[in-house]
Formats: sequence, structure tokens, C-alpha cells
Amino acid sequence: MATMSTISRDEVARVAALARIDLRPEELDRLAGELDVIVDSIAKVSEVATPDVPATSHPLPLTNVFRDDVPEPPLPVADVLAAAPSAEDGRFAVPQILGEE
Amino acid sequence: MSDDLTRLSAAEIAEGLHASDFSSVEVTQAHLDRIAAVDDSVHAYLHVSTDDALATARDVDARRAAGEELPLLAGVPIAVKDVVVTRGMPTTAGSKILEGWVPPYDATLVERIREAGLPILGKTNMDEFAMGSSTEHSAYGNTRNPWDLDRIPGGSGGGSAAAVAAFEAPLAIGTDTGGSIRQPGAVTGTVGVKPTYGGVSRYGLIAMASSLDQAGPVTRTVLDSALLHELIGGHDPRDSTSFRDKLPSLVDAAVQGATQDLAGVRVGVVTELSGEGYQEGVRARFAESLDLLRARGAEIVEVSCPHFDYALGAYYLIMPSEASSNLAKFDGMRFGLRVEPEDGPVTAERVMAATRGAGFGDEVKRRIILGTYALSAGYYDAYYGSAQKVRTLIQRDFAAAFEQADVLVSPTAPTTAFRFGEKLDDPLAMYLNDVATIPANLAGVPGMSVPAGLSDDGLPVGFQVLAPAKADDRMYRVGAALEAALLDSWGGPLLDRAPVLPVATAEQEG
Repeated sequence: MATMSTISRDEVARVAALARIDLRPEELDRLAGELDVIVDSIAKVSEVATPDVPATSHPLPLTNVFRDDVPEPPLPVADVLAAAPSAEDGRFAVPQILGEE
Repeated sequence: MSDDLTRLSAAEIAEGLHASDFSSVEVTQAHLDRIAAVDDSVHAYLHVSTDDALATARDVDARRAAGEELPLLAGVPIAVKDVVVTRGMPTTAGSKILEGWVPPYDATLVERIREAGLPILGKTNMDEFAMGSSTEHSAYGNTRNPWDLDRIPGGSGGGSAAAVAAFEAPLAIGTDTGGSIRQPGAVTGTVGVKPTYGGVSRYGLIAMASSLDQAGPVTRTVLDSALLHELIGGHDPRDSTSFRDKLPSLVDAAVQGATQDLAGVRVGVVTELSGEGYQEGVRARFAESLDLLRARGAEIVEVSCPHFDYALGAYYLIMPSEASSNLAKFDGMRFGLRVEPEDGPVTAERVMAATRGAGFGDEVKRRIILGTYALSAGYYDAYYGSAQKVRTLIQRDFAAAFEQADVLVSPTAPTTAFRFGEKLDDPLAMYLNDVATIPANLAGVPGMSVPAGLSDDGLPVGFQVLAPAKADDRMYRVGAALEAALLDSWGGPLLDRAPVLPVATAEQEG
């Protein structure tokens, strides 16, 4: 998979937007170079990842875990809201969710 | 026993408390005094919880005086890495985005520590969100290595390791995603243990990579790690990945290792975790440790784990991918920092981007973007999919190696502590510090670092012991055996050879 590398500045900007992180122009420049080097070196995983090898998502085999459907006390609302950047009427206060489009 | 209570091991403190040689208030105050004296130089702590610690100590002393039967470690103070949430105590994970956050709940392991009556001295410094191998990525300044204040204490848990190495705590909690307990242990001359994945609850750990993260003990002796591991370990219904199996006694295994020979124990040296890239003095101390294990009756065999050469690559795809998802919760809405965009409409999405741009440091941004890239359409199969396959291959390598050996061993880190700034501008060089510790996280197996002496540069070297999943007792047995043999050969603990730290006087502090 020789085509995997080369992350352009535009590509970093696109991914940063997906990740919801505002980056300054100098951060974009630096990250483009750094990520290119990193991705180049980690791309070698594809050398041994042949189709016959199954993927593992977890270190130890797991099955779904359920607990009894019994209500448990939640955290006190006041304690949780005390740590919020903004709260109103016992709820988180957030900026408008939708842009004007 | 030493007159200085801070020089005692946790086991010795527990013994002294039980015998009423001293009180928990005395031992806790001794550690708080030590913190006041040396933490200006070391900067292991982000927060010192003096009142809370002394209140717990007083309570334990009163209960003991009343004849109450107390847990073994009751009254023994402990430090907690700042990535573990503590009710009523600030928790930042080393990030500006959580500056001033006081969690409304305790992590399960903190609950267990509090129930057992251990005074919590404070929260220790770390790389932001545990991303790093030097603690230089903390948003709150560097922690310095007590062996040389111009050098890194390892990372991400540099604060916990330095606190224990500088006698600012007898016990500490660390977390290990790719080596963040073991590598700081190696470079500070302390013991660090990453338990089997699922052995210690992750509830209340601020997650980096959920399939790799594991909390564990940071101590000065193998026995102390066993005592703390037994205290914090065990099934927790609030962590669906925590397992129900009960481990064989770790304390018994440590005692057995320290007091009996290793006849019949096969110790496997991993070919791929030695040689090129490992500092000469690191290799020399490793070879000597092998000789000591051999002298105690262990059989040394060489094993090959060919896919370990791909572990670093797989790790730097899986970890950032999981981190990019886990850190999505830092959106400026429910906790932590909120920053509004400088211009344009103030929508939730734009606030989130502005908050993360201002609140995250360089390494966190780097990993989130790398992870988002690896998971994005068109790249997922090539990157994340391939990395998951490598994970299978590494697990198979471990399975085959554990057919030939009861434990596997290697140097914990390729080099001793480096100077501040040396690798900060070269992410790949920084990542290579964890080359020997990462395979265990990918496979979920337990690992321990034991101090193995000093390299040519006079700095500590770590010896890593790995065991099969849920056979943590094996690494305690072998680790304790090596520790006992090394103590014999040195005539005292390695940390006795650490330089005397500059001590702040009351006037300087003012």
C-alpha cells in the first residue's frame, strides 16, 4: 500500500474540521509534516496484515455484559451542574445547536 | 526501621501502624512535610490534599485506638495520578481543558482506597491525557527526575513515579496504555505494574484508549505493589471489561519469590526486545539480572516474537483512533473549558472547535487528528483494520512464547532518562521509548518493571517481566526474586544511591 502516505496541509485541515479542533495556520503547517513522518512509519503494519488474519478489537475475549434492570441512583444534579461551564434551570446551558443555513 | 517515616516501604508503615510504633497522622504529616520540602524541585504533584489526607489519617487512628479491625494498608498514605477522578479533589488529566474541574464522583479504585482508609496525599502530574513518555506534555509544567533534575521522569505517569522515588509518597496509582506505569518506573528506579487488562476497574479513569488502558501500582518494592494491586483489583460491575476471575494471591507470590528459589521456572528472553537501539548500560544490567535469576534456579530460554516489530505501528493506529473517539466528550458543554469563537456565529459546533483548539496541547491535537484520519472513510481498512490484524498476530506470538516460557523478560525501556527537550520536537523518537512495553497492552497481558541497577551514566535501568493474562502472580514471584537477589548484591535499595534533593526552607516557600 505505497499510496497510503503524504498528508497535505489541506488534508490536515479537513481532518481537523472533522475532529472539531480549530488550528492556527502554523499548527497546520507543523502537523502536516509531522503526521506524514508518523504515518510513513506506521504504515508498515499493512505488510503483515494479510487477508487470512482475523482482526482483534479487544485484548481478552469478551461477551456482552448486562446488569439487572434495576434503577440505581444517578449523580445529584446540582453536583454535576456545578462543574458545567454554564447552567440554567437545572440544565446545561449550551449555545445554539444549529447554524443558520 | 529508619527514623524517617518517609523512607519506609508501605508494608513497613502498615506494620508500624499495626504495632502502634507511630500513628497515621504522624506518617501522613511526614509525607506532607517531605512534599513541602522537595516538591518545588521535583514538581510531582499538581494538587496536595493536606486537609483531606489528615482527616482520613485521624479517622484511621481513632478507629485503631477503638480496637477496630482495619484493612492492612489503612493509614498508609498514597498519591493518585491526575487522570483518575476524585470526588471533591481537582482532576485535570494534565490538561488546560479540565483546569479547575472538581469531579462529582470517585473512580472505583479511589472508592476502594478510601474504604480501606488510605489518606490521599494529592494528585500527580502527567502528560496531558496520559499522552507521552516524558511528562513534558503536561499543561502544568515538567516533573523532574529525582535522580537528575535536568532529566525527564518518564511518562505519562512521571508524577507518580517521581513522587515515590523522591519519598513524597510510599504508594501511588498509575495508568498504563502503552507503558505509562512501567517506563517511568524504569527511569526513576521504582517498581511499576500494569495488571492484566480487566484486572483493575477502569470506571472513573479519564479514558485514552479503552481497549489498552489499565490502572496499577507505583511503589518502591515488589511486595508493596502486590499489596496495592490486591486492594484496587477485582471485579467491578461498573466496568463491563473487568473480569470476574479471582487471581491467585499476589502477596503470597511476592513473598514466595523473595524467600524461595526459582527452580522449574522458565524465563523467556524476547529476541525482538533487545540488541540494536538499546543503550549499552541497559543491556549490561539486563544481562546481569538474567544471571541472578539463573543463579536462583530459573531456566533461561530465548523466545522469538516476530510480530513485535510491528507493535509500535499498530499501537500508533489503535491508540489514537480510540483516543479521538474518547476525547470527543471534551466539547465545552458539560464540564471543563468553554471558549467562544472570536468572530462569526456562536453555535455549539463552533464553540466545540474553539474550545478544543484552545484547550488541547500539541500532542493531544496530534493524536486526535491522527486517529480521526486513520478512522476516516477510505483509510479505515488500510490503517485501523490492518492494526487490528497485527494485534491478532502479537497475541499469537505471546501465546506461542508462553508455551516455551512461564514469564517473558526484556529491558523495560531502551534508554535511561533523557534530558528535557531532547525528544520533544521529534514525536517518533518519543514514541520509541515504549517499544518494549507496548506489546503487553495490545495483548492485555500483565507487565512489571523492577529496578535493575544503574547504567554507565549513573541513571536507573528497568527490568520488565511479562506474564500470561490472569497469571499476574507469576510476574510477582519472578520480580520479587530478582529484587531480592539485586538487594543482596547492592547491600541496600537502589534509591539509597539517588542524590540528596535540594530542600526548600520555610522562608523560601513563603
